[in-house]
Amino acid sequence: MASTEEIRSDLAVIVNEIAGIPVEDVQLDKSFTDDLDVDSLSMVEVVVAAEEKFDVKIPDDEVKNLKTVGDAVAFIERGLNG
Amino acid sequence: MTAIAASSGAQHAGVLGIGSYRPRRIVPNSEILEHIDSSDEWIQTRSGIKERRWASDDETVLMMSVEAAKDALKESGIDPAQIGCVVVSTVTHLYQTPAIATRIAVEVGAPTAAAFDVSAACAGFCYGLALASDMVRGGSAKYVLAIGVERLSDITDRTDRGTAFIFADGAGAAVVGPTDEPGIGPVVWGSDGTQHQVISQKESWQEAAGSQNWPHLTMDGNPVFRWASFEMAKTAQQALDVAGVPAEELDLFVPHQANMRITDAMRRALKLPEHVKVARDIERQGNTSAASIPLAITAMRESGEAKSGDLALVIGFGAGLVYAAQVIRLP
Repeated sequence: MASTEEIRSDLAVIVNEIAGIPVEDVQLDKSFTDDLDVDSLSMVEVVVAAEEKFDVKIPDDEVKNLKTVGDAVAFIERGLNG
Repeated sequence: MTAIAASSGAQHAGVLGIGSYRPRRIVPNSEILEHIDSSDEWIQTRSGIKERRWASDDETVLMMSVEAAKDALKESGIDPAQIGCVVVSTVTHLYQTPAIATRIAVEVGAPTAAAFDVSAACAGFCYGLALASDMVRGGSAKYVLAIGVERLSDITDRTDRGTAFIFADGAGAAVVGPTDEPGIGPVVWGSDGTQHQVISQKESWQEAAGSQNWPHLTMDGNPVFRWASFEMAKTAQQALDVAGVPAEELDLFVPHQANMRITDAMRRALKLPEHVKVARDIERQGNTSAASIPLAITAMRESGEAKSGDLALVIGFGAGLVYAAQVIRLP
C-alpha cells in the first residue's frame, strides 16, 4: 500500500509536469491555487493525470474540495483503501 | 422483377481546395474587458486568445461563406457548376428555415446543387468533410462544397466572464472530390448526449422571442476542458490509427480552435513528435466553431508552416457533445 509520502511525491511529479511547479514546493499544507498558482484548468489536468497514475476516480464535483495538496493526497488515499 | 441500378462513385475522395474568410474587424481583449470583470492576463492564460475577429453588419453568414467558398473553388480548379452538393455547418444562421446552403449554392454558381445545413457545432467542419467524402465515394455527388461558418458574436453574452472572450466569427470551406489516392481518412466520430447541457443555447427561441436579444451560448468550462483535452485526444489517436498514419509521419495537428489550453493538453496527451506543427490560430482569431479548422489551415499555409501534400490530423468537438476526426492530405 502506498504511503502518504509516496502519494505526495508522485503527485508532486504530476504537478511539476503540468504546471511547472518545482516538486519540492508541492507539500501537504500548500494550496493549489493560492500557493502553487495552479489554475482551474491545470487542476483538471492534474486530476486526470492523478486518476491514471493512482487508478482512482475523482469526480468533477469533488475537485473543488481539493484545495490543498493534503486534501488531494487524502482523497487518493481513501480511494486506494476504500 | 426490375432491379434498381446501383449508384457508383469514385474509389477515393480528397480535399481539392480550401478557403477561408476572416472578418475585417479585430477585437482586442481590451474591448471585451469593457463588459466583464477580468483582465488581459487572465484571458490570455486561460485561453491563449489575444484578439479575435467579429463580423460587421455586411459580413453575413452568407457573405462570409461565399467568400471562403470562392477561394476553395479557385484552388480546386473545379467549375462551380460541377458541385453536386453544398453542405453548410453553422449554428448562427439564425433562421430555422430555409437552410443558408441553398443561397450559398446560387451565389457560388452551383444553383441546382443539393444543399442543406448541418447542426454539429464545433465538430461541423469535420462532419461536413465526412459527409462530403462519403457522397463522392457513394456516387451521390461528384464534387461537394463543405462549409463551416459562424457569427458567434451574435449569440455571445458580452457580460458572461466565462465565455465573452472566447467566441468569434468567420468562415471556411473545402471542395471535396475524386482523387487517385485516399485524401480523407476514415472518420472517427460520435456523440455524447448525456453531456448535452455543458455547452448549449441558454434560452429557447420561444423564450428569446419577447427579448431584444438572440439566445446566448453558455458553457460549463471545466467539464468541457476535461472532455476535450483527454477524451478527444483518444479520438484523435484513433483517427491516426484507422488512417494507418503513425504520428511520426504526420505534418500538422489542426484541432478545433477551442482554447489554447485544450490544444496544449491534447498535444501532450497525444505525445506528438516535435516536428508536427500545431495550429494556434485561436491566438488571433478566437473560437469560430465550425469555421476554426479551415481558418487555421489557411493561416498555417500563409505563414509557410503548412504546404501542399502535408498530412494533417483534424478534429472537431463541441456542443452536443459531438466530435469527428480525420487525417487529410492538404491540396
